[in-house]
Amino acid sequence: MTTPLLSVRNLRVSFRIDRSNTFDALKGVSFDVMPNQTVALVGESGSGKSVTSLAVLGLLPKENAKVSSDSQIEFDGKNLLALSRQEIRELRGDKISMIFQEPMSSLNPVFTVGYQIKEVLKEHKNLTGAAADKRAVELLKEVGIPSAEERVDYYPHQMSGGQQQRVMIAMAIACEPKLLIADEPTTALDVTIQKQILDLIAEIQKKRGMSVLFITHDLAVVGDIADRVVVMRNGEIKEQGTTKEVFSAPKDDYTKALLSCRPAVDSRPKRLPVIEDFMAGRAEAMRSEQRARGVRDADPVVLEVKGLCKDFYSREGLFGKKTFHAAKDVSFKLRKGKTLGLVGESGSGKTTVGLTVMRLHDATKGEAWFDGKNIFAMTEKEFLPYKKRIQIVFQNPYASLNPRFTVGQILMEPMVIHGIGKGGDDRSKMAFELLSKVGLPEMSFYKYPHEFSGGQRQRIAIARCLTMKPDILICDESVSALDVSVQAQVLNLLQDLQDEFGLSYIFISHDLAVVKYMSDEVMVMSNGEVVEHENSDTLYQAPKHEYTKRLLDSIPKGLAAT
Amino acid sequence: MTTAVNTASIGIERSPGLWSLAWKRLLRDKIAIVSMVIVIAFLLLALASAVGLVAGGWNNEIAKNYAPPTWFKGSTTEEDLSKSNKSAAAGPSLDTGLSRPEFVNDRDPLRDTITELKQQLGQSTSGGADEIKIVDPLADVIAELKKKLGRTGDGDANEVEAEKLSSLAFGADKWGRSVFDKVVQGSETSITVGFAAALVATLIGAFLGALAGYYGGKTDDFLNWFYSIFNSIPYILLVLAIAAVLNKKGILTVVLILGLTGWASIFRVVRAEYMKHKARDYVRAANAIGASHARRMFVHIFPNISHVILVQLSLYVVIFIKSEVILSYLGFGVGVDTVSWGSMLNEAQNELILGYWWQLGAATLFMAILVTAFSLFTDSLRDALDPKLK
Repeated sequence: MTTPLLSVRNLRVSFRIDRSNTFDALKGVSFDVMPNQTVALVGESGSGKSVTSLAVLGLLPKENAKVSSDSQIEFDGKNLLALSRQEIRELRGDKISMIFQEPMSSLNPVFTVGYQIKEVLKEHKNLTGAAADKRAVELLKEVGIPSAEERVDYYPHQMSGGQQQRVMIAMAIACEPKLLIADEPTTALDVTIQKQILDLIAEIQKKRGMSVLFITHDLAVVGDIADRVVVMRNGEIKEQGTTKEVFSAPKDDYTKALLSCRPAVDSRPKRLPVIEDFMAGRAEAMRSEQRARGVRDADPVVLEVKGLCKDFYSREGLFGKKTFHAAKDVSFKLRKGKTLGLVGESGSGKTTVGLTVMRLHDATKGEAWFDGKNIFAMTEKEFLPYKKRIQIVFQNPYASLNPRFTVGQILMEPMVIHGIGKGGDDRSKMAFELLSKVGLPEMSFYKYPHEFSGGQRQRIAIARCLTMKPDILICDESVSALDVSVQAQVLNLLQDLQDEFGLSYIFISHDLAVVKYMSDEVMVMSNGEVVEHENSDTLYQAPKHEYTKRLLDSIPKGLAAT
Repeated sequence: MTTAVNTASIGIERSPGLWSLAWKRLLRDKIAIVSMVIVIAFLLLALASAVGLVAGGWNNEIAKNYAPPTWFKGSTTEEDLSKSNKSAAAGPSLDTGLSRPEFVNDRDPLRDTITELKQQLGQSTSGGADEIKIVDPLADVIAELKKKLGRTGDGDANEVEAEKLSSLAFGADKWGRSVFDKVVQGSETSITVGFAAALVATLIGAFLGALAGYYGGKTDDFLNWFYSIFNSIPYILLVLAIAAVLNKKGILTVVLILGLTGWASIFRVVRAEYMKHKARDYVRAANAIGASHARRMFVHIFPNISHVILVQLSLYVVIFIKSEVILSYLGFGVGVDTVSWGSMLNEAQNELILGYWWQLGAATLFMAILVTAFSLFTDSLRDALDPKLK
């Protein structure tokens, strides 16, 4: 048995919230990272996974974070908790390095990528001049940046998100660290690029024989690359073991729930099992009950979009105008009580279509027939009565609720605008009913949005749409910002509402598994064009278009791929 | 809101909003409390003076002219005092100070010229009443002014003089009016002008800024163009032009001058905030539920940027109090029948050479205390309102 490279023993960290209250972020966490091993730290937001990585790096805020005295973090034979700030700083970037979630905000926009790599080399390896230049190009080549000699002089904004993340990795491995901490390195990236980056990390890890501590909320992505998995929840380790053990025979209910509450591509249970279902032991029964999806030509059509085009213009030079075609000739029919999934990578035009349909953008060309009328040809005033019938749930529940309104005000505002309900008492009664419908306590009525978690906020946003009793609900990446277990709850809620009210959904997402679960038919978009439009089961089983195949290949499949 | 009934019946404690949280934070700040107490004291003082509780009789000549401050009396030599009294007594009368009495004497620099002119016109040099009229063309005006101010003619001067005090808490001015009363009265003027002008400028600037930032495009271009033109004219020149157009001295004029020239900075701030907020999801969501433009602008965005406006408003108060002082000092401020810190400084300019510094001292002291306290309060307010809400 070799000695572990990093050994965390009984790590306890608490944060001071105010004078009297403290919050225990970590309640005794112990795990090891062996040399030449990839360990995945998996958990949802608030599980303490990021706090763990910050503690290892000595980056916890000194003012309010307190590490318990019996905690131990041993790295390479040194106790990290006993080192001075200066010593830890020398270690960071040299022996331990880190890559972050947002490559765009982690790179300094005013320096070239080459300069930023050389800065690391100068700081830790004392490498300057031509030698550093040469090394920077070598590193860029190693992380798979094409024509690295040229790109070394690029600024971060000249590169795509995937390339930026590659540059971050190049910086991280510049000093040949023994341990690389990757904090959600692929969460902000498209699914095809996520796969490339995961492959790159795995490849570099093998080639260099370093250890990787991979932090993520998504259990599925670590299946391919991790040797060991540590599952955390609420500052505690729920389960740890080899990847095979955890994936094929999970012991803890929470791990089981995490594994199965994420919709899979090959099955579609009626409701997604959530953590409570596992605790209550009814998950197995739920999994067997399948839901049939798909549309037939006989289904009544609620909305028909014909030849929708949307151009954006940007100013170029003094008088020039540059046209960008965000959506090109998009046509589809939305059927009553059914869900149309819209899939594509960022920039494919799926959100543009959603926003244009409900006239948050003006269409450049095209028609949308709703209730026998072309809603694109209406004036703003004529459209108002239709507005309440087509509603939208945005991606970011933290941004889509007015922070100065109480939930009650948020829910009652649409009723006031559209004259729903008689007077305030009637409206507040309806608001209370809706709150209980979306599973929120009555008390919420008097609270402000910031007092809720992401999933609860998304419920509020959904409830706001329901006040107007819409026919069509557009979900624009509505569950993408949520943790998987919360995502499952919100998906279940949407499903229940569709069953109850016969809502039609346009479900926009980059997550193919979620779209598969929710949709009757799926439209795949790329560069503003619809490349494939099929019943969802057909599309996932037998994709015709190259692009669709590539998308489906990139879905992280957990252990299935290994 | 009609839900108030519900709240009461259920007995649920409402969650604290932005303002109550900010208020709590403000109360935790010691500097904020001290500065707030000072500002409130000034406000009360101004209010008391407005309703006539304090300094109502600032215009009464209750002391000897240039009577020194009480606490300063001892250090002033008797010689000085008697000299000043003598020089005062040498003049024809205290009251007629305005009427250029010296000009009757040999000192009138125009005397020779006038004599010459008169000779040319064939008039006698000893014209009596005629002569005086020519020498002092303002005599009528002054007589009228005196009547308006309720001052009696020279006849009463002796009586009053008998009761006059030889020193006052903050000293007396040229006419023997209490400097303390004047400075209190001046506080009222300055604070009124500061707050009113800040309100005018904020209303104009915030409204135009909201329009420009929210609508963007042509509206924004036009308002920016308008704002740039406004900003391209030198400030003092603009003030002079507006003063000339309004052509009337008084508090209202000063408020209008400051308000009309000062809206530019809040315009920029509010415009930027609206540009930022209009693209936020919650505003798009408001659009999606059918909220009108006006509703999105003032019901949705406005509460989210109101703290910025409030901070800017309180910055304006400080700036405008100072501006009023400068304007009055330059003579574009309040008229002669009102007193402000600026007009006191203006008067003090001449007195200072003679060594009568107390008017200057009092006005400066009061202004410095209020402006410093208000600035500190503004800083604390900004800290308290800094939207670091989760």
